[in-house]
Amino acid sequence: MTVSLRKKRRPGEAVIRGFLFIAAALSILTTVGIVFELGKEALLFFRTEEASMAEFLSSTHWQPAILDFGIWPLVLATLTTSVMAMIVALPVGLATAIFLSEYATPRVRGLMKPILEVLAGIPTVVYGYFALTFMTPLLRSIFGVSLVEIFNTASAGIVVGILIIPLVSSMSEDALHAVPLSLREASYGVGATKLETSLRVVLPAALSGITAAFVVSISRAIGETMVVAIAAGAGPKNFTFGEDSLFGYILNPFVAGETMTGHIVRISGGDLSYNSIDYNSIFAIGLALFVITLLLNVVSRRFVARFREVYE
Amino acid sequence: MSDPVEARGSGATDLFAGDTSTRRRRRGVIVKFGLLTALMVAVAALVTLIITILNSSFGLVAVESSRPPSELVAGLGYPPDTDLEDLTKQELVLLLGREISTNLGRRFEREQRFFDDRLVFEDPNVLNDLCMSGETPAACWLPARSRDDVQALVVERVVEPTIVGTWSFLQSTFNRGEIRAQTAVDHPEAELVFRSWLSWDFVTSPQSPVPDTAGIRTALLGSLWVVLITLVFSFPIGVGAAIYLEEYARENRLNSIIQTNINNLAGVPSIIYGMLGLAIFVRTMEVFTSGSFLSGGGGTTANGRTIVSAGLTLGLLILPLIIINAQEAIRAVPGSLRQAGMALGSTKWQTVRAHVLPNALPGILTGTILAVARALGETAPLVVVGASTFITIDPEGPFSKFTVLPIQIYQWTSRPQDEFRNIAAAAILVLLVLLLTLNTAAVLLRNRYSRRA
Repeated sequence: MTVSLRKKRRPGEAVIRGFLFIAAALSILTTVGIVFELGKEALLFFRTEEASMAEFLSSTHWQPAILDFGIWPLVLATLTTSVMAMIVALPVGLATAIFLSEYATPRVRGLMKPILEVLAGIPTVVYGYFALTFMTPLLRSIFGVSLVEIFNTASAGIVVGILIIPLVSSMSEDALHAVPLSLREASYGVGATKLETSLRVVLPAALSGITAAFVVSISRAIGETMVVAIAAGAGPKNFTFGEDSLFGYILNPFVAGETMTGHIVRISGGDLSYNSIDYNSIFAIGLALFVITLLLNVVSRRFVARFREVYE
Repeated sequence: MSDPVEARGSGATDLFAGDTSTRRRRRGVIVKFGLLTALMVAVAALVTLIITILNSSFGLVAVESSRPPSELVAGLGYPPDTDLEDLTKQELVLLLGREISTNLGRRFEREQRFFDDRLVFEDPNVLNDLCMSGETPAACWLPARSRDDVQALVVERVVEPTIVGTWSFLQSTFNRGEIRAQTAVDHPEAELVFRSWLSWDFVTSPQSPVPDTAGIRTALLGSLWVVLITLVFSFPIGVGAAIYLEEYARENRLNSIIQTNINNLAGVPSIIYGMLGLAIFVRTMEVFTSGSFLSGGGGTTANGRTIVSAGLTLGLLILPLIIINAQEAIRAVPGSLRQAGMALGSTKWQTVRAHVLPNALPGILTGTILAVARALGETAPLVVVGASTFITIDPEGPFSKFTVLPIQIYQWTSRPQDEFRNIAAAAILVLLVLLLTLNTAAVLLRNRYSRRA
């Protein structure tokens, strides 16, 4: 009797492996689907007589009723809310991260981390409610009812900022945490105080990780939808350079404005027929949104990879 | 920081004690409090958010009735503070008979009888004839109305309460006198009552255009259906993908592309998934997602805007989260377990199934629960996919039209009237309780798991 030393064929194993591979490859299909569908509809949009790529990228009016399709009013509102959000989230998030990583006792950290996690777990529609029923009245009572419109980009932006504080703080804390203890010890060794160690040694050492956190947060703020859909306004903020006051209207965050995401939600929430120019136009906006956020995420990943290389 | 380091740090400053070091230390204390303040801003934001929501969920309302209940019960010879709840069915029907026209009464009785043994408004012969004819109104075969049903009719048709003013919890608590005085002037007929907008009735009633009687039953059932589909779709695929990437994938270009791609997908804004769902599930696959492939072309009126489309869209959305979490859980399983399995001659899949998966399961489940919590709170993609703006019928299956809790909150928040803000707040409370339950479950699971390891 001979014993075969050849590897036994196991068709079952191959089938399972095949299924697992398909499951993993489905993610590629998702990306292809996003790029294909957004690209296809956007192309249909640019091919129509009423719209053109040049107008899309240059015009400062988005008025589908009279077939004006310039993305800048939407981009402007998106930028305004995102900048407001960053003004809130970056300092608060970073300071929180430094405190939790460098100063807090384990007990304080054990208490604060869940609070930040709760903040991160609240659905965005709830933040939208908060913006409309708390932040807007608050801003109006501080700056005056005549100055602050009922729907305004400032209120939405601030609340988006609150919403991304946990993201900034947890990513920054990870970066600070990854800085080797030896650096801190060396700093104390030459007589630096805790503050000097945190700000002049640990912070610069974690800079690439913190930059990654910032970039991801910007991407998150740009893609955030419900808060701006509820609180920022329900119509594009069309503007003309020269005619409209720069600080009184164009860059004024207390004026209503519709962001890219807000516009997509409002248009698709109504009765939308396929093959209409409205349907195609939101896909062109979606494509722009996808490209911007993807670029930001890729950039952020590069930064993360850099600080991993240095310390791990 | 550990203590020896701290000691060394302060020792150094003592050694060179002088003006500069005091100033440096003082600056350190100031900045520390600055950092603490930032943390407190985050905490204050959370507290304010929760107070805002609770504040709108409870409070005084001014109710104006065309016939106040006190008048009605007085008409029956009871003291005016008697509640409608205390009346018998006979008395309620008597009230109804006095207050509504006979024609309306007949209509109600044709819909459903008041008593099994007698008729109040309708002529028995007429009803008999009707039942014999082809029309057969519902009263011919339905049992008699219940007492609570009759009371609801009395409230709806006779008392006719309308809310003429609402106040938040804080206003109601601190300015009660002022509110009372103002209501007495503005609405002399109105009655002030303290109302909890969140109630069992609110959770179990279907949607309604009137905020007073609107509930979240339809939305809640819709949410559960959608999340069920999401889970059934994304759990096996997500775990499968994680197993492949951690256990099977060799380090080659294709697999590294897959991994990078999954990480990038996790950062795509949720609204983009909504547009993908609209294009693929709602439009391209309409035959399947509308359910018309089952009924042979008849289908529902929902086109592709069904629970299935919504569930699959959210499934794609949380897939990267499930994969990344499951990968981490699988990576945490010690290699020795795999080697032991292999050494005993088991195949790769046998090792994975018998050793790796059971050990990684608590971690995988924790990640899945958190991903489901995310899906439960998603709004934007479902608006794009086409949630119905107004439906009162419970979803019957995966091919029904749908609305979900966050969509309901969004729609109520967007209404200008105060009462809709109140019910939006109450709906938010229900959503937050659901999410809190899920998160607690995840935390408990994680703690139990990490104690064992």
